[in-house]
Formats: sequence, structure tokens, C-alpha cells
Amino acid sequence: MSGRVVIVGAGHAGGAAAAFLRQYGHEGPIALIGDEPHLPYQRPPLSKAWLKGEAGEDDLQLRPPSFYEDNHIAVTRGARAIAIDRQTRQVDLNDGVSQSYDHLILAMGARARPLPIPGAHLPGVLYLRTAADAEALKGMLGPGKRVVVIGGGYVGLEVAASARAIGAEVWVVEREARLLARVAGEALSGFFHRYHGERGVRFVLGASAAAIDGEDKVEAAVLDHGERLPCDIVLIGVGALPNQELAMDAGLVCNDGVVVDNEARTSDPNIFAIGDLTRRPLPLYDRSFRLESVPSALEQAKQAAAAITGHKPPAPEVPWFWSDQYDLKLQIAGLPFDVDTKVVRGDPDSARFAVFHMKGDLIQAVEAVNAPAEFMGGRLLIGQRRPVDIEKLADPAVSMKEVGA
Amino acid sequence: MTKITYIEHDGKEHAVDVKNGLSVMEGAIKNNVPGIDADCGGACACATCHVYVDDAWTAKTGAASSMEESMLDFAQNVQPNSRLSCQIRVTDALDGLIVRLPEDQH
Repeated sequence: MSGRVVIVGAGHAGGAAAAFLRQYGHEGPIALIGDEPHLPYQRPPLSKAWLKGEAGEDDLQLRPPSFYEDNHIAVTRGARAIAIDRQTRQVDLNDGVSQSYDHLILAMGARARPLPIPGAHLPGVLYLRTAADAEALKGMLGPGKRVVVIGGGYVGLEVAASARAIGAEVWVVEREARLLARVAGEALSGFFHRYHGERGVRFVLGASAAAIDGEDKVEAAVLDHGERLPCDIVLIGVGALPNQELAMDAGLVCNDGVVVDNEARTSDPNIFAIGDLTRRPLPLYDRSFRLESVPSALEQAKQAAAAITGHKPPAPEVPWFWSDQYDLKLQIAGLPFDVDTKVVRGDPDSARFAVFHMKGDLIQAVEAVNAPAEFMGGRLLIGQRRPVDIEKLADPAVSMKEVGA
Repeated sequence: MTKITYIEHDGKEHAVDVKNGLSVMEGAIKNNVPGIDADCGGACACATCHVYVDDAWTAKTGAASSMEESMLDFAQNVQPNSRLSCQIRVTDALDGLIVRLPEDQH
């Protein structure tokens, strides 16, 4: 309980790991090292409440500065780890300092996937991953501003909704034939397409950005079929890449993410990895996956802290996600692997419905729009691997409690 | 500032001052009160900021929205005075509020 723990990466995962270590009774030194100028903060609001001006910088902070002082967590900001020496158990930072560890927790997260097209360097071409990115976007957004969002995933759609709320004009360009193609089923894609469309977002599906035009700033996005969309801002949201280079250089097993086990341990027993950075086992689905979500980061932070302190490991959780767009609350539990049928409960036209992805009579995943009972009930049933009666599930007159009974 | 007392499951009390306009959940986080996880940061998406409102205060904290009620329906150890603390706004009217925390948020 008295070893020295170094945490590289001071995002949601790293900050939570430091807190859980203390909560679980770790008494030794804890060093938390982040490359941003901030204490650990929440990223989800950056594309939502914060972008619309409904949350301030203070609201983003995960914990107040006094928390780190009171708990003797030594925070280094604005520093990056550049090498790990696994023999001597040392991490070298880019400011010239080396930190020795008994246990190392890697939590460097992911970065926005770059879109290497001509003009991508122009001022006005933005990504959204960090508070600094969000600051830049917020500074440029305003009523009447024209925004082209490249990528119809969650980040893109959340920005589109927030930008409409501010009064900007929005186009969303998506390479696939439907929105959220990688992360959601057709019914949900269709619903979000209509809902955004009714609120003034224009879509170009099945198209990619080929170039960004402009002299000294963005003037237009040029699509691969030749269409030109004049604009002030191009927001690129085409996925994320794990920041795994440090781990790869140190010889840790990586495979589109640092590979970890159910304790968040890497191929080196003294090194853990948590959060968006990792490829983690999903016991419920018999496979490994790279989850990019706060709940998964928190679960892994608990796993690592428990393994280091000898605390009881956390109960396995059903993966879940959420997104806020306009007055919609989307909650997703589980992952739609090995699905043979889908069950829609409720009416998508009422903006209150859920789609259950089934493998036989087992729920694999539920996508719930303004339907918290379906989300919460579905999440429980997924975790319990409890078969359900599909007819009851499809009937909104039968409560989720009865479905699960 | 409004005085709120959070009582942990083991009986440990935290009497803190919370700025009006924040939620009861944020009051706990900003004052390092353990026992409220708030995984989703206050989006009413996760039900990990569950509290029991002291019976003397349930009228003043008001009723849960249908969204919150549905979330609570499936939380652990729910009682009639259960609320999600991210959905209770702090105002002068809540000066002296007492909330109790469950043993576990998951």
C-alpha cells in the first residue's frame, strides 16, 4: 500500500484513478502528470452544455484544486512522458525530469483522427477533443456563422445541435450512407437525421471532404463529388486514435489500443492502462474492444486502483454511453454484437422510443431516446443475461419492470 | 451560500456551504464529500448521485421529473425520499438541507 504510483495522463481516467487509489487506502506517493494546462476536467460537455454557454470552466473541473492538495496527489501540468524504462521503472518527461514508479498507470487517452486533405492547416479548420479545441470553436461560433461538420458521429452531431442552438448555419458531411454508421443501428440513424433536418441542419451523405479552400483562412469545404460548401468553420470529427506510442516504444502489447486484462493490467505486471487508450476485454461479449467512454474509463480506473491496493475489484459493468442533442437524451447500454433481430419499443415519431438489439431472446444492446426506463431496465437485463419475452418487450404498455420480471 | 449537510452511509457528517444555482450533486463534488459518484457529470444519465432527502425537506426539494423518476426506478435501494442530487438546484429555500448517502452508487 506504500508504493509509488505514477499516472501518465490527467484526463477523466487519470484523475479518477488517483482519487480511487486514495479512496481504497493507498498511502504511498501519487504523481499525476498531464500535458494540458488544466486539472482533470470533463470532456463530454465540451460539445454540449459548455459550447452553448450553459456551463463555465469551473463546472468542467472534475474536482476542486483542494482535492489534490488534501489527498497529497502531486499534479504536474503541461508535461508529457516521452519514454518508459521498464527495467529501472522510470518515466522520462519532456521537461527533463524522471519519475520512478512501483506501479505505472497509463491514461493518455486518444486524439482526434486527422484528416490529411489539402487546406486542412487553414485557420478555421478545427477538431474537438480538448478544452483548448472547444475554446477555439466557441470563439468562432456565433449567429449566422457557417459551419461544415465533417463526420456524422456523436461529436459531429452534438456540435451541430449546439451550433444550431447558437444560431449558426450547419452542414454535416458523412462518408457513409447514414449517420452514426459505426456506432448505432439504422433506426436511430434515421431518427437523428430527421430530427436534425427539422431543426435546420443540412446533410450530405455518402460524400467525403476532398479539400478545404481558402487563402489565409477557411472559405469553403470541397467535397469529393465536386460540391463546394462555402463556410467560416470546418469542424472535423472523424474518430479518434489511441495515444499508444509511448506504450509501443516501451514494448507493451498494443493492437489499436494498449491491450489490458480485466484488472486493466498491460503485458507488464507493473504497468496498467485505462480509458480511451486501451483495448479491453468485454466479458459479456466474449471479445476485446476499444471503448471511448467515460463510464469505461471510470470502471478501469477502479480496476487498476483495486489491483494496486488489494481492494475488492469493482463489479463488471455493462458498457454505456450518453449523448445530449437539442431536447433529446440518448442513452445506450451494451454493444450490438452478434445481433439477429431488433425490437423497437415506442414510436420514433414521438421522440420517445428505444431500439433493442437482440441475440435470440437476450438483449445485447439498447438505444434509448428520452426513454430512461428502457435504458436502465435494459442495462440491468443485459448485465444479468436474462432472456426476455420479445412480445412484451415490444409493447410499451408492459412496463420495463414487468418485462424483466 | 446555502448550508447543506451530507451524511455518509457510516454516519459521517459533512456540513458545507454551497453556492446557489449549483446542484446538490455539485455541492458534494466541489467540497470533496465522498459517496456521490456522478459518473455522467450531472446529465441525469447514470443514477450514480442518488441521495435520500431528509423527511423534513422533501417538500422543499420538490418532486422528481418523470425522467428522474424512471432513472430512480431502477437504482439500488430506492426509498420514497430518494432523489438524484444532480437534479436538485440549490436555493436560499434549501438552507439547512440534510441529505443522506447510500452505501454504494452502483
